[in-house]
Amino acid sequence: MQSGNETAAQLATPKASPGVSRHAILLQGDSRYRFRKAFSGIMAAAVAACTVFGVTILWIILGYVLVRGLPALDLAFFTERPMPYGEVGGGVAPAILGSLYLIAVACVIGLPLAVLAAIYLSEYSHGRFGDAVRFVIDLLAGLPSIVVGVFVWTLIVINTGSFSGLAGAVALAIIMIPIVARTVEAILNLVPNSMREASLALGVPMWKTILRVVLPAAKSGIITGVVLAMARAGGETAPLLMTTLGNSFFNFDLMQPMAALPVQIYNYAVAPYADWHTKAWGSALVLIALIGALSLLTRWAVRGQKLGES
Amino acid sequence: MQQSAPVRGSSRIRLDVDAAGRGDRIFEGATKAGAIAILALLAIIILLLLFESRNIFGHQGIGQFLFTTTWDPVFREFGVFAFIYGTVISSVIGLLLATPVAVGAAIYIVEYAPRWLRSPVSFTVELLAAIPSIIYGLWAVFILGPVMRFHIEPFLQTWFGPIPIVGNLFEGTPIGRDILTAGVILAIMILPTIMAISREVIMQVPDTQRDGMHALGATKWEMIQGAVIPYARAGIAGAAILGLARALGETMAVTMVIGNASTSITGSLFEPGYTMASAIANQFREADSQVYLSAIIAIALVLLVIAMIVNILARILIYSLVGKQSNSSRIG
Repeated sequence: MQSGNETAAQLATPKASPGVSRHAILLQGDSRYRFRKAFSGIMAAAVAACTVFGVTILWIILGYVLVRGLPALDLAFFTERPMPYGEVGGGVAPAILGSLYLIAVACVIGLPLAVLAAIYLSEYSHGRFGDAVRFVIDLLAGLPSIVVGVFVWTLIVINTGSFSGLAGAVALAIIMIPIVARTVEAILNLVPNSMREASLALGVPMWKTILRVVLPAAKSGIITGVVLAMARAGGETAPLLMTTLGNSFFNFDLMQPMAALPVQIYNYAVAPYADWHTKAWGSALVLIALIGALSLLTRWAVRGQKLGES
Repeated sequence: MQQSAPVRGSSRIRLDVDAAGRGDRIFEGATKAGAIAILALLAIIILLLLFESRNIFGHQGIGQFLFTTTWDPVFREFGVFAFIYGTVISSVIGLLLATPVAVGAAIYIVEYAPRWLRSPVSFTVELLAAIPSIIYGLWAVFILGPVMRFHIEPFLQTWFGPIPIVGNLFEGTPIGRDILTAGVILAIMILPTIMAISREVIMQVPDTQRDGMHALGATKWEMIQGAVIPYARAGIAGAAILGLARALGETMAVTMVIGNASTSITGSLFEPGYTMASAIANQFREADSQVYLSAIIAIALVLLVIAMIVNILARILIYSLVGKQSNSSRIG
């Protein structure tokens, strides 16, 4: 900041010929002043261009997924299982169902843990233990997903001797836990303390206050956090590749390899067949639509609700 | 939370409503168990990876593992230095390309954009962060790769190839599946991360700083350069490092375009490379011996350690600026 002020002072006091006041220089359109104005304008244009680039690249990517993916979509794409190369038709139904199933199981495994920890951090913890837990949550959130994949692969796949849906769900749960814990804690912190005090003053014990007053007040925020985590988990590929492996058949046995949409996209994309590439784009479109639908659904479910109203 | 603590801990309530006190203890115990479980989770991840990678360190020692480039599973030689090199170089390219654009966009959104434009633009850029990495990979393989191969890489080679030293970066045949392409797709992927955090940080710059510069007669850009950027510098650096952390661990998109071929270090960006993450993703199914298996797990361990160090560094920088303010929104 100090250096900034110095810079400003230097710039604002151009080395002018003696006798001419600074005002005169600034107002009479001295060439240095014009240069400064022009430079400022150029930089404004430059940062605007950066923004345009960021927005454009998104639409380019989404545009490609839409244009290349749409031709792949037909009824069979949503109802049939993938066909071996050479056979016409086939779809990604097992992958769609598998993804949803894996996310659901991951929620069952991960959510209770994450929400409990968030409640603890927001309502009970003060001091160093809480800070340690927050720090670890941040570290977990920063873990590369492939590391989570290797962990679960080592823990479950190698030990049980087979890739399985369960292993995939555990990996997704580990990825979801820090996201949910962080957002839920932040939301609970926003619930006004007066609500807790009012409840406690009526003689309601703390645990009931949390369950009946604090959590309902934060409901919409909690749902948003959970869906955010589900959307993130739904797009994860690397850890699933190492744990559920993928499957061309319908399978709902958690101890067997299971299909998942991101893994299906990968398998289609790395294969050398043009037809499969089209299917990869189609699957990508379905995946984006699923993630988009998830977030829209939540926005709709929690519409009009602000924090503090329930 | 400090305000509610005395109420909960008050002995009178405990005595009057004994059952409720028990309920409280059980509930607090349950939530604390959740918190402890999260601590345990990280500990288990680290310990298991350490334990399972013991074979490789017993096999050839940690130095040979980290600092040699021969990765030859057939002859049981496992040196990961080329993977570390590929990871670092592709991530640094991503960082160098993404940071100026991301910070520029953040500056535009905070300092220039009309109010009605701010949230749609931030929202759109943040949507980029929601796109799964497999879709970036798909796009990179079929769209970005060919563009790099037929347009950008020949262009770079023509213009920078003849220059000594710099030219070495652009040697070889452009194939579109190399370290440079991986760096470009990483740049696109970490753009929203860096932008979102830079925007937060720049918004924390007090208006008095801006007013002071304006009062001194600074132009708008001089104001940004002299007041906003110096004030937000640490936070922006933190944002960039967090972007770097994301790039280092990125797997699918990179695996699909980096080539996964060569383990020699030539210095050219047109060389197909390997990153630690892509090596794991490509080879975990081929592990046919205990040593190979633990070598792959050890790569994950190295990646974990690097990711942790980079994350901690980033958070220290960001919290030094933003953390205080956002903590003040906490109750109590």
